[in-house]
Amino acid sequence: MCKECGCGLGGPIQVNGEPLNPSSLDDSSHDYGHSHESHPHDHDHAHPPAHQHLEVHQSLLQKNDRLAERNRGYFRAKHWLVLNVLSSPGSGKTTLVQKTAEHLRGRLRVGVVVGDLATDNDAARLRAAGIPVVQITTGTLCHLEAEMVAHAVERLQGDPLDLLIIENVGNLVCPAAYDLGEHLRVVLLSVTEGEDKPLKYPPVFHSAHAALLTKMDLAQAAGFDRERALSNLRRISHHARIFELSARTGQGMAEWCDFLTQQHRTHTSPPPSSAHA
Amino acid sequence: MHEVGIMQGAVLTAEQQARAHGATRIHKLRLRVGQLSGVVPEALQFAFEAASLGTMAEGGVLEIETVPATFWCARCQVEFPCPDFLPECPHCGQMDGELRRGRELELCSMEVS
Ligand SMILES: Nc1nc2c(ncn2[C@@H]2O[C@H](COP(=O)(O)OP(=O)(O)OP(=O)(O)O)[C@@H](O)[C@H]2O)c(=O)[nH]1
Ligand SMILES: [Zn+2]
Ligand SMILES: [Zn+2]
Ligand SMILES: [Zn+2]
Repeated sequence: MCKECGCGLGGPIQVNGEPLNPSSLDDSSHDYGHSHESHPHDHDHAHPPAHQHLEVHQSLLQKNDRLAERNRGYFRAKHWLVLNVLSSPGSGKTTLVQKTAEHLRGRLRVGVVVGDLATDNDAARLRAAGIPVVQITTGTLCHLEAEMVAHAVERLQGDPLDLLIIENVGNLVCPAAYDLGEHLRVVLLSVTEGEDKPLKYPPVFHSAHAALLTKMDLAQAAGFDRERALSNLRRISHHARIFELSARTGQGMAEWCDFLTQQHRTHTSPPPSSAHA
Repeated sequence: MHEVGIMQGAVLTAEQQARAHGATRIHKLRLRVGQLSGVVPEALQFAFEAASLGTMAEGGVLEIETVPATFWCARCQVEFPCPDFLPECPHCGQMDGELRRGRELELCSMEVS
């Protein structure tokens, strides 16, 4: 189990290299005083242990979910379609994001928020390709949270966009629990990872709106069992549209980008006309 | 894993609630954790040890109730459990059940004094 990712244990989270105050969007949570109220009256007889039972019923992800809702409202006002892209490390997220942005040129203007534990290599790659990008360096945190995305998108305010792609930290477990306010969850499964990933990490695959088999150009060399992978995906990711892609050869990119264009129309058209996809 | 962050949030929430009720000690926390919530109960227990140090919950007990994943088949109008995460309807065999329970991650109650 990863002790590294102390999630919130004060890894220096940075947005484009500048430190992010972890809770500046939410004052109520900044109550870390642990003011150990002393015993309310000062006599020293032993009290009977009158334990009081309190019903609480509060979601532990409440704060994130509230901020995700706020993000959603912001995205709606901006007429952005927003993707949350998840996968294991190295399954091809950054490459796909770059090729998608290039493929959509002239159709949709693409901006990117990319999260990594360390380095801004991904952001540098995308910036070099002329794509507006904000890097979130999470330090020790193994996933992105809605609050970090809110800070990051502030920096894209000046860029006119249609599609915002959030590249999450490479990790199939933790990011699944955090709503970022996205419209579509996109999960990648590269052909070198093994066909049973969906069975091993069901929550993330179950929550996907689109499931992408990536690096299809390597399928044969990797001895990839396409039928088994598709069948596993259909079982777990049964709400998802499935695509087979190679960012390297361009296979499947046209279909994927048509899907995004159509989704952009669906999610950003005013309510009366958004009846059906 | 993100259990440490989640547990810190839980302890913080619990302390706020305890304080609001004039309590100074938290003896027990009860969580409901869905099978599909993406957190590991053992990791939560481990994280609780660390997250409760120096708080009102130090020395307290963490109880975790696991909520089994339950799906709904619209075709057959039945709910069915799904322990292996493969939501196959036992009646019609379809895989497109809707997740009804199993994503909970909730502080449900506590014992304080
Ligand atoms: N053959 C082949 N290689 C690919 C393809 N897409 C990406 N790669 C390679 O796979 C490696 C990892 O790709 P990235 O795009 O950096 O993967 P990532 O998911 O962004 O990685 P992290 O951000 O570190 O999690 C690089 O060497 C890419 O060149 C593809 O379609 N075909
Ligand atoms: Zn990347
Ligand atoms: Zn984690
Ligand atoms: Zn059925």
